[in-house]
Amino acid sequence: MVEPDYLKFDTLSLHAGQEPDPTTGSRGVPIYQTTSYSFVDTEHAAGLFNLEQPGHIYSRISNPTVAVLEERLAALEGGVGAVCTASGMAAFHLACATIMSAGNHVVASRNIYGGSHNMLNLTMPRFGINTTFVDPRDPDAWRAAITDDTRVLFAETLGNPGIEVLNVPVIAEIAHEHGLPLMLDATFTTPYLMKPIELGADIVMHSVTKFLGGHGIALGGVVIDGGRFDWAASGKFPTLSEPYDGYHGITFAEEYGHQALSMRARAEGLRDFGAAMSPSNAFHLLQGVETLPLRMQRHVENTSDVIEFLEGNDAVSWVSHPSVSTHPDHELAKELLPKGAGAILSFGITGGREAGRRFIENVQLASHVANVGDAKTLVIHPASTTHQQLSADDLTAAGVGEDLIRLSVGLEDPEDIIADLARALRASQKG
Amino acid sequence: MQLEFRGATVNFATGGVQIDDSQPPVLMVHGAGMDRTVWSQQTRYLAHHGFSAMAVDLPGHGDSTGDLVSTVPEMADWLADLIRTLNFGPIRLVGHSMGCLIALEVAARHSDVTERLVLMGAAAAMPVHPDLLGAAERNEVLAPQLMTAWAHGSRAHIAGNPTPGLWMRSGCQALLERASDGVIHNDLSACNSYEAGDIAGQVQCPVTVIVGSEDKMTPPKATAQLVAGFDEVELQHLEGIGHMMMLEAPDQIREIVLAALR
Repeated sequence: MVEPDYLKFDTLSLHAGQEPDPTTGSRGVPIYQTTSYSFVDTEHAAGLFNLEQPGHIYSRISNPTVAVLEERLAALEGGVGAVCTASGMAAFHLACATIMSAGNHVVASRNIYGGSHNMLNLTMPRFGINTTFVDPRDPDAWRAAITDDTRVLFAETLGNPGIEVLNVPVIAEIAHEHGLPLMLDATFTTPYLMKPIELGADIVMHSVTKFLGGHGIALGGVVIDGGRFDWAASGKFPTLSEPYDGYHGITFAEEYGHQALSMRARAEGLRDFGAAMSPSNAFHLLQGVETLPLRMQRHVENTSDVIEFLEGNDAVSWVSHPSVSTHPDHELAKELLPKGAGAILSFGITGGREAGRRFIENVQLASHVANVGDAKTLVIHPASTTHQQLSADDLTAAGVGEDLIRLSVGLEDPEDIIADLARALRASQKG
Repeated sequence: MQLEFRGATVNFATGGVQIDDSQPPVLMVHGAGMDRTVWSQQTRYLAHHGFSAMAVDLPGHGDSTGDLVSTVPEMADWLADLIRTLNFGPIRLVGHSMGCLIALEVAARHSDVTERLVLMGAAAAMPVHPDLLGAAERNEVLAPQLMTAWAHGSRAHIAGNPTPGLWMRSGCQALLERASDGVIHNDLSACNSYEAGDIAGQVQCPVTVIVGSEDKMTPPKATAQLVAGFDEVELQHLEGIGHMMMLEAPDQIREIVLAALR
């Protein structure tokens, strides 16, 4: 039986989206640090503005450097297109604003990043879009929460901060049974560990700032269009299936079909909301993506070593990571994440909140920052940082205890990471 | 635009522009397993450059309803009747791959409805690899994967989509995956069993043929054999381009098509 001779993941990580620069021959991706682009003539300009032909007009809408990153990320995820944004939150907002309007409703996992929770719980209701939060492990809860106004189901591939593994095929099936798309934040897994589109997801978003970039020096986000959801057949997405006056009556699903979401998100979303990625950031993030397979492999190996250490330490009361046999999603992780369940874990420190504070203040190699997915090991106490806006009830619902330490395992020598953690854990117990 | 025809709905993309009887009509016909959106880089452009541009979904494809049509000659009869129903008079037909075979049949046997042909990814015979045919019969994702792999030139497997942010390979695969069960097999079988005979010699209208140097599905040699049979033909050669030329080289295709149609 013949097989498709597709370029493999590692090759695409280095090459997808870029050819040597046609003008200079530059092998590296040039930084096109420009706001605007010269038109050939007035007809060319009119054609670009009217979506008659492709090309760059203004860097808020598209930029050649950013376009390389977009094409590369779409290639790695197996999506039909991608739109990069200024941050992961901008990507989340762009996706929501492209497919929804006032009066619509979201069903979302309750175990998501605090920023995403805030946007859905506090900000979007001001614009008439409300959300019902559900236990991501409970398919019946997802089904029960869907109403006639629901337009998307949203979750993270790995929950935050409990590292719940989403059963993507099951939740995707529920979404599709109701004529709805499934949108996933796949920041913690990256396409190296999981390809959500192949599992049934329709829209994938990332904070590119994290593992995709890997270096912690540039912010960015991306919305990736899976291209399999039929926006017109669903009948629930007029922004994609009805004429749009913004481009002289174009109907995106009619003209672009499976690429309608990508086209509208850029043509309207970046044009009007303007949360564009800068070309310099795209350049930096591309350097990270080039080594994504190598880094993720090492992240997973180091995480395994760190978990083994934590499980044997008296100052640690519990360790939560899907690779741990006691984790509720251990078996699911083996099925959906065969290369590893990522490099973010949480653990409980003996002595609760005060011991947690002493631990954080005594790490030396690990950095105390509000970030994950850096090449460097990072630690944080979510209850006082990423989730501090949540009420006590919301914190409990999100599975964040006061003793919880979140660890993003980096690429240092694992012996050095463990030595640092051991020192800080010892200090944490000297109250 | 949608039209009720032979008891089913026929769907067209018109570039977001209302069809205008005073503009010369152009009808674009997609290939096996695909739909109107393969012409997304041409439809809107032509619609804003003096033509009534219509990219049709064949029966059972895209948003057209109705039963699949199982042979190329029957597809051509369906299309010729559709053109008569549209009542534009002779029309400019643009075809891709299987759409070329349909357009050729229409031009040869229904010359009253055909003013000019523009063919891309064309050959008189389109034999299909048995593994692909088998995968399509079983409705396996391997069929879209193989078609996607073979349908693009080497450049398109890495980069080069002129539309910022779009990834060509997954775009093609997703389009094929959206086809209902049986559609790809129906179309590939139609191509595989089609016997053209001297079809080119029966075409009386002017023809433009566009060939990609890296087209693995209708290789340049096969296209050349077809071209040799036409009375009046213009051949355009695209270097480094594969079978999905209207997406791989949309700017060049727009330029060639516009010149040919005018």
